[in-house]
Amino acid sequence: MVKEAIFDEMHTAAGDVRAHYQAYAEWLVETPPESIVEKRNEADTLFRRAGITFAVYGDETGTERLIPFDIVPRIIPSPEWELLQQGLRQRVTALNAFLHDVYHDQEILRAARIPAEQVLCNVQYRPEMQGIDLPMDVYAHIAGIDLVRAGQGEYYVLEDNLRVPSGVSYMLEDRKAMMRLFPELFARYSVSPVEHYPDLLLETLRSVAPSGVRDPVVVLLTPGAHNSAYFEHAFLAQQMGIELVEGQDLFVDDEIVYMRTTQGPRRVDIIYRRVDDDFLDPLAFRPDSMLGVPGLLTAYRAGRVVISNAIGTGIADDKSTYPYVPEMVRFYLGEEPILQNVPTWILRREEDLEHVLANLSDLVVKEVHGAGGYGMLIGPLATQAEIEAFRLRILADPARYIAQPTLALSACPTFVEAGLAPRHVDLRPFVLSGRDVTMVPGGLTRVALREGSLVVNSSQGGGTKDTWVLERALC
Amino acid sequence: MLSRTADHLYWMARYTERAENLARMLDVNCRMTLLRQEEDITRKRWASTLATVGQIDAYLAARDTITQDAAIEWITFEHANPGSIERCLDRARENAHAVRGTLTSETWETLNATWLELKRHKRVAVRRQNTGDFFEWVKFRSHLARGVIQGTMLHDEALEFTLLGTYLERADNTARILDARFELLMPDAAAPDAAVDYYEWSALLRSVSAFEVYRKVYRDLITPRRVAELLIFHEAMPRSLRHCTHRVHQTLVRVANARSGETTRRSGEIQAALQYGRIDEVLDVGVRGYLASFLSRTSDLGARIAHDFLLSEATV
Repeated sequence: MVKEAIFDEMHTAAGDVRAHYQAYAEWLVETPPESIVEKRNEADTLFRRAGITFAVYGDETGTERLIPFDIVPRIIPSPEWELLQQGLRQRVTALNAFLHDVYHDQEILRAARIPAEQVLCNVQYRPEMQGIDLPMDVYAHIAGIDLVRAGQGEYYVLEDNLRVPSGVSYMLEDRKAMMRLFPELFARYSVSPVEHYPDLLLETLRSVAPSGVRDPVVVLLTPGAHNSAYFEHAFLAQQMGIELVEGQDLFVDDEIVYMRTTQGPRRVDIIYRRVDDDFLDPLAFRPDSMLGVPGLLTAYRAGRVVISNAIGTGIADDKSTYPYVPEMVRFYLGEEPILQNVPTWILRREEDLEHVLANLSDLVVKEVHGAGGYGMLIGPLATQAEIEAFRLRILADPARYIAQPTLALSACPTFVEAGLAPRHVDLRPFVLSGRDVTMVPGGLTRVALREGSLVVNSSQGGGTKDTWVLERALC
Repeated sequence: MLSRTADHLYWMARYTERAENLARMLDVNCRMTLLRQEEDITRKRWASTLATVGQIDAYLAARDTITQDAAIEWITFEHANPGSIERCLDRARENAHAVRGTLTSETWETLNATWLELKRHKRVAVRRQNTGDFFEWVKFRSHLARGVIQGTMLHDEALEFTLLGTYLERADNTARILDARFELLMPDAAAPDAAVDYYEWSALLRSVSAFEVYRKVYRDLITPRRVAELLIFHEAMPRSLRHCTHRVHQTLVRVANARSGETTRRSGEIQAALQYGRIDEVLDVGVRGYLASFLSRTSDLGARIAHDFLLSEATV
């Protein structure tokens, strides 16, 4: 199906084990298969007992499912990570600069580096944010940047997640499980720690407090226990020692946000929200929202509370904006992008549309506002009927779509029914921006467990792996 | 702490305690049926139990006759019964799930494991032979939850509201269990000192883990008067009304806020009545009348707690 050879994270094209996987390969040989089966079952029990689950939308019967956890780590050598880290820092800095610009002077639009109507007519653009100053000029305090490898192992940015990126709890729980199940492996490898992520996140959030607030009160706003990522919300709130609130717990009085406590109202300064823009304030956005806080936008615009990520960040991670991110790096930072975009056809462009329609069976077509792997066509895996159906959808509104070549995503050995087999992976590091731009070494590695599948989303049969960034070069 | 969090903890504890007491009631009934199998008595016994848990009307709306199997099924797993043991444990777990970040991981894992195992119990069809094991299991999961909560959670407001739920629910449940027995065995409230049916009254004691306690306290025959006295007035008996209301009052004093003055006063009043009350006065007005008044006062207290702490309106 995919014509190119697939880059294997563990083996070279000649079949040799790569240097940074050598010690793992030796361990695999030494460890009896029954012991590995036992450990896999143990991992399952660990996750189930701790209730590390996610809810699947539209699934009535099993509303809670375990995300499959694979015990083979995804290992990244130190120099490789160093480069990724620089690239991520650069990209997120440019994205934040873009957001500040779009909601202030719009220089990048005036310089015509991005078509103005594409930004200003986009539903993700929030006019309510125009002219509002945010602490440190930061909009996306938490960014999940999805990276994939293709070809000879080059990294590409597949998409930027700047609204409410999730998955960091799996990064942390996967590490905890690996250390518990395979302590001996950590004796063979010097793996960079990721456990301080909640501390780093809290520090980042506190660094963007409203001006004049010395000891800010931070809360995490969740849509509630039925949200698919609720486990993560509860987990992060607990790890940071902050209150996990729902919309009904907060209220606004005289442009100040309070939470209802057993001892009366208590002021809130920073809201780490895991609720989408549309649901934040029924007075300003969707009036039917039960998840939000009436009056929140007014308090926010008055600078009395910080919302993280800011309202309106969707304009920067929209798939129609994505092709212009390298241009943002050049425009705001005067640098060449370290991380590459996947080549992208923009279907609102006549010539791109023509090319894509002629090559649908080779391409991946994505809806620009879609997320979670929904609303996309993977040409090489689609039937002729599916392709024709999708063609009609594209023709109805070409501007809603972009297209990319079907990348031969890199694969990492993974335990499946038949034993160890390569499965496609991606990587989502979490970049934190406040006073500084920081990240823990690593991220969430997602793996497409079905053979040949390129969709790693947990809602569509994806699993996760622990990601090891090595402390020093082993070769 | 957040009012909503307090609310979830409070109901988590109440539902756990309620499931335990339901299991206790069912257990004692099953044992008694083994001793006296007359159909008429069995039916009365289960009718009384269903009434005690406030389910008799709903039950009769759904079923034609009262049989032991049907009543057990109704109270344990019947889906249409919102007060079944299964639904109590579901809700205990739902409430815990909503505040899992506030609980220690051991507490959450205990409640979650109970819920997961419950579904397995349900699959192996808890009927006839192994009901005893199932009731025992429910009781011990509750013991375990309480132990884990007290042994691992920070002794702060979160624990206070959890205990508040436990003791208020237990006070209510003990009063109901006692009431049901008096209804069944002493409809005319005559001769409270007579040595009556030893098995019935000792079964009641066992259902609230008070049989050995009774022996220790009275070293004498089992009489309804003493049973009532033990379960209403005994300070050191952990399931007595006095003990439970004492704990409730202490907790309300500790968590008091600007609006809870009247609630604290009322809980103090209930507690004082139990502290200085005597069994003779109770027998004068009749045990059932006394318990009915007690139940309405604890239910008032529950509503006031919800108003003052758990659903606090915006007041700046």
